[in-house]
Amino acid sequence: MKPSRKLAVTGAHYGARDWLAQRVTAVFMLIYLVALAGVVGVQIPQDYAAWKSIFQHQWLRIATFIFFLCLYWHAWIGMRNILMDYVHPLGIRLTVQIAVIASLLFYAVWAAEILWS
Amino acid sequence: MEAKLHSKRPKHLNLFKIKQPLPAVVSILHRISGALLFFPGIPLLLCGMQQLLQSPDSFDGVQNGLREPLVKLGLLLPLWFFLHHLCAGIRHLLLDLQVGLALTQARASSRWVLIIGFILTAASGVLLW
Repeated sequence: MKPSRKLAVTGAHYGARDWLAQRVTAVFMLIYLVALAGVVGVQIPQDYAAWKSIFQHQWLRIATFIFFLCLYWHAWIGMRNILMDYVHPLGIRLTVQIAVIASLLFYAVWAAEILWS
Repeated sequence: MEAKLHSKRPKHLNLFKIKQPLPAVVSILHRISGALLFFPGIPLLLCGMQQLLQSPDSFDGVQNGLREPLVKLGLLLPLWFFLHHLCAGIRHLLLDLQVGLALTQARASSRWVLIIGFILTAASGVLLW
């Protein structure tokens, strides 16, 4: 028997997108870490000059910054899931969520500052 | 009949009285390690990176710090959190791709996640020393 009409789809529609984003960011971070281990592992930088010169490469700075953005997006989805599961009073949940977002924005600026200073 | 069968069922689950299956343990450790990697993990990582790249003096500070046995020992716990989160995440991606969904396979892979997490932590400990 065919259903007479389609099931009404409701909701804010961010669930599947966040689910996918969490996995895509995870895969990117994994690729970055393997690549970084390759770069650093071939010749382990022994002193400050060697370490610094690796991070002088613009492509590595950009890749590292994208890694951090992926990390923050990944962390936001994870923290939001945890907060939705365990923190039910709306006021507290909203406050903590805002604190998480604010700290992640701060970390993004911090990461850029470290990489490009 | 139905009432008779189910009358002895617990009304709520006491998490401290029931034995969790291994995949559940791996799963909750994935979540706990994830929360701890967010805080204090991320700020500590950024601090460490800043010290490594800021100046020769701060770099030496990190290097000297890493020679302390207590620091090395203290690093093992966050390393384990990271490595367990990594392994459990890879298992999760495979499950999403419908690899290893059968109960016996899922139990076996959760055991492997725990074992490989410990082995990698031990290996990074050896590298540190």
